[in-house]
Parts: sequence; structure tokens; C-alpha cells
Amino acid sequence: MSILVFIETENKAIKKNAQEAIAYAKAVANAQGGEVTALVMGDIDPSEAEKAGNFGASRVLHAADSKLEHDNSMAYASILAEVIQQESSELIILAKSGLADAVAARAAAKLKAGIVSGVTALPSFDGDGLTVQRSIFTGKAFSDTRITSKIKILVVNKNTIEVTPTTDTAVVETFSPTLNDKDFKATVQDTEKATGDILLTDADIIVSGGRGMKGPEHWQPLLELASALGAATGCSKPVSDLDWRPHHEHIGQTGIKVAPNLYIACGISGAIQHLAGVNGSKCIVVINKDPEAPFFKAADYGIVGDVFEILPKLTEAIKNR
Amino acid sequence: MKILVCITNVPDTTAKISLSDDQKSINKAGLPHIIGPYDDYALARGVELRDQSGGTLTVLHVGLADAEPQIRKALAIGADDAIRINMEPIDSYSTAEQIAAIAKEGQYDLILMGRESLDYNSGVVHGLVGEMLDIPSYSPVMKLEINGSTASITREIEGGKELLTCDLPLVLGCQEPIAEWKIPNMRGIMTARSKPLTVVEPTDAKSHTEPTGFSLPAPKGACKMISSDDVASLVNLLQTEAKVL
Ligand SMILES: Cc1cc2nc3c(=O)[nH]c(=O)nc-3n(C[C@H](O)[C@H](O)[C@H](O)COP(=O)(O)OP(=O)(O)OC[C@H]3O[C@@H](n4cnc5c(N)ncnc54)[C@H](O)[C@@H]3O)c2cc1C
Repeated sequence: MSILVFIETENKAIKKNAQEAIAYAKAVANAQGGEVTALVMGDIDPSEAEKAGNFGASRVLHAADSKLEHDNSMAYASILAEVIQQESSELIILAKSGLADAVAARAAAKLKAGIVSGVTALPSFDGDGLTVQRSIFTGKAFSDTRITSKIKILVVNKNTIEVTPTTDTAVVETFSPTLNDKDFKATVQDTEKATGDILLTDADIIVSGGRGMKGPEHWQPLLELASALGAATGCSKPVSDLDWRPHHEHIGQTGIKVAPNLYIACGISGAIQHLAGVNGSKCIVVINKDPEAPFFKAADYGIVGDVFEILPKLTEAIKNR
Repeated sequence: MKILVCITNVPDTTAKISLSDDQKSINKAGLPHIIGPYDDYALARGVELRDQSGGTLTVLHVGLADAEPQIRKALAIGADDAIRINMEPIDSYSTAEQIAAIAKEGQYDLILMGRESLDYNSGVVHGLVGEMLDIPSYSPVMKLEINGSTASITREIEGGKELLTCDLPLVLGCQEPIAEWKIPNMRGIMTARSKPLTVVEPTDAKSHTEPTGFSLPAPKGACKMISSDDVASLVNLLQTEAKVL
């Protein structure tokens, strides 16, 4: 089977979630036979592209063109479809993100391919079909979904597969895509991106604050814990609604869904809509002054107490570990 | 300007999900349903844009008759008319084909929907519809202004946002803070009763995926409580027991 992985980049290197997507594809190739090819767009160092081999890709196709400097799901989908046809790829893997869903969707429509987004396990194959588990109702349930089209597209959730990098490298080839003007109708006027921050969706550890943090001026102890842990920072919906924290930190059913190894919730009550965004986490720690806070029911470890007393102590203990 | 807003009919965000005995379906009976919260943002912004620049706003739902209270609510919030395509929306692809067929026929300038539905969370319908209509699609959109035939869009990207301009027609997946959710007023509720709701049968769309069974996540073990005087032992447990540090 010919398997193609669409990989996203961050700072000219392979993004962490893309490493998982390659590892997922490799696990399928190991079970079914076949090779894994990765497709990468835009700006990446060749020495970084080669590292797709660490996770199981044997080849990397690098579609380079100065027009591809901004994420453009229309152009990326056209290139993805072009490569799928050239490579006769039957299974396409992407790591879940806003961009990946858009690219996968548009490519699916071009190729009349079945698409399943939110995949949480490896697939099983039967004849022409494939069945795979996906998360539904924001992690409150799972559905086994069968795809019957010839070309099959899977968008895979974070933490679906363990990544164990090797020292293998992939062969990097340049791919010259056919670019269509109709994919470049929009003009990007401005981009605002927090630089240096760890992306929530990529983070292994997240420290998150709720209304119990009392106000934006009180965030410092939380930021200090995050920095001691090398963690990303998140928040509950009211916190971003009140503009205490930027919108891209809003976690939950109507915000970003995260699946870190460790989620530390500070002064968040644990409303069902918030829990829906964090239930993919491996380990949850809750700090709340109210022993009845619903979040404790969803936690692995809990401390009842005032966040402003506990956060500095915790930061200290982390630094001393 | 002709605006089409696509809405989903999903269980309330506080709903507890349970399965039928044979695990072949989700128990829908007794679950309160709502307009998808993201779709509700799309609807709210659609109504504001229609009020500013004139034109019409049609609300579209692919689904069965049990969604009619939600469709009437959308009419009460301000949609001019509604279309329901009588088909169970279990596959993103075939749902998108239905939407694209209506959008093509109606020649809409702006097609708005939520960034994802809150049942299947796929977030792919706007991209599918955009491609099927051969027009651009953007998601998640946090701010939208229309000047003549050009849209100014602020969309969320990972760790930030991007401002772009693009000519209509467009398909957009919406999220907050594009507009505040609207609550229907009494007059809206009264007039909604007489606004047209057309039911159409689906075009023969092909679905490529089908659910074969469902399961629920394993129940969470008990939470281990740690004294606030002994924070160091939490760090120890995270290292040795949970192995996440
Ligand atoms: C359709 C819909 C969608 C929603 N989507 C989301 C979503 O995606 N994400 C989300 O987060 N919410 C969402 N919500 C909102 C959700 O219902 C809750 O209102 C919200 O999560 C509560 O945020 P919070 O925990 O920060 O605040 P609160 O509920 O006010 O909780 C504050 C907590 O802080 C604790 N506290 C206060 N002071 C201290 C202190 N000094 N030390 C320690 N603890 C303290 C309190 O005991 C309390 O538990 C949604 C709601 C709706 C209706």
C-alpha cells in the first residue's frame, strides 16, 4: 500500500504533531506492507526534512515555491491531490489541526475520497474497506467508522500513537507543483503570531487558568510554573471572553482541544464544556479552593487550596526536582 | 447580498452521551438538542450583515424533522426563510454535497457555518463545500466585515491570527468572537411561525463512510488528593507514578 503523510512545519522543522502522523503511517505500513512518503510545503531546512526518516518515512517530497509562504489550504489541497495522483497513494494521513482539516477536506472533494477526522486508533482492513475509531462528541464517545472509497483520508488526533524516533533519514526530493491562480484569490494583510511560545496543540505539558485566577494581573505565578515546566499556557472560556488571556488559549468544547501528557488546571471549576477539551490528557492535576469543584472528579491528582499559595510552592518544588 | 447559514442540530453541550444496548447507536431520545454553538455564532453574524447591507439570509439544515424547533429558532433569531434537506447527516461528504447543491442553485454570495459540528467534530464540511463549489473557504473565522463584494476576515491560526481579504463568494467556518449569540425576542418568535420552511429530498449523494459501532471512554479512576502543605510529594508522584515529568 502506498501511504502519503501531509506534514506541517514550525520554524522550518517538522512539527511535533506531524511526527506522530508519520509514525502512525509507518505503523500501518508495518502491518500492511508498503512505504511511507511525506509531503511538506513551503519553508523547511533540507536537514530538517530528512528527519521525517526518524519517524518512518522513506521519502520526503518538498513542494517549494515562494507563493507558498502563508498557510493556504486551497493551494495545499491542490498540491496534495496532485501528489496523491502521481504517487497512486491509497491512504493519506494528516495530524489533526485547523489547517489539516481544511486541506484534507478540499483534497477529498477533488478526489471523491472518504475522509474521517478525529481518528484515535490504528485502522483495521477488510477487503476494500478500512475501519477506524474516531472521537465524537468532543471525546465523550467513540465511533468505529468504515471507509469504502478507493482513496482514504485519515486526520489523526494527538496522542494516538507512541513515537520512538530512530536515526534513519529520508531521501528528500523537490516536487514542482502546478499552481493555479484560483487558489490564490485572497491577500494576507497581516499575521500576528506569538513567537517563542509553545503551541498548545503541540505541548506535552499545559498549565491552564480559570476565573479563580481573579484577573489578568495575577497570571505571573501561573506563567512562572509554566516556564519552570517548559509548558504551554491555556485558559477557560470566560477568561478569554473577558480578554484576560488571548483567544488562542481558550481550551474546551468550543475552543482548542488538547491532549498533553500533563494538564494542570488552576482555579478552573471543571464545567463539562471545559472537560470535553481536555479529556484526551494522560494526567490531570487540579488546584482549586473548593473541594466540591467538579474538576476533581475528572482529575488524577488534586490539591484543595488557594492557587496563589500553591503555585509558587509548586514552581519551587519543580525547580528543586 | 444572499447569505446562506448552515446549522446543525446537536445534543446540548451538557448532555451525557449513552449508547443503545447493542452499541450500534447513540441514545438520542430525551437528549435536549440545540443549534450547534459554532453555527449559532455564524447565524448571529449573518443576521447582523444582512441587517447592515440588506439582502436575504436563508438557513439550511441537512437532517430529519426532529430539528424543526431549532430551525424555527433560527428563523426567530432573524433568518428570512429556511430549507431542510430530509436526510440523516452521518457522513461529512454526502452532507457537504447536499449543501453544495443548494448553494449552487441559490447563487449565494456568502455561505456561513460553524467551524465544526459538536457531534462529530470533524471540521471538514466548509472545506468540502468550498471545493465542491470551486470557491475559497476559511476557518476558523473570528471576525468578518463585508465591503461591497470583498470580505475582510480575521481567522485563527495556531498561536495567533491572520487578517486577509478575499472577494465573494466564500465559504466560512465561524467561531467566537465573530458575534454574540442572539436570543430570539417575542416578535421574532411570532413571525418565525409564518416564515417559509421548505423541505427538499436529498439529491442522490454518495457517502464514503459509515459508523459501524460506538463505545464510551473508560471511566476515570479516583482522584488522589494531596495536602496543600506537601506540594513536593505531588512532584514526586508525577515523576514516579504518573511518569509525566
Ligand atoms: C455552549 C457552551 C460552550 C462552552 N464552551 C466552553 C469551552 O470550550 N471552554 C470552557 O472553559 N468553558 C466553556 N463554556 C463555559 C463553561 O460552562 C463554564 O462557564 C466555564 O468553563 C467556567 O470557567 P472557569 O472554571 O474559569 O470559571 P468558574 O466556573 O467561575 O470557576 C472558577 C473556579 O475557581 C475556583 N477558585 C476561585 N478562587 C480560587 C482561588 N483563590 N484558588 C483556587 N481556586 C479558586 C472556584 O472554586 C471555581 O471552581 C461553555 C458554555 C456553554 C454554554
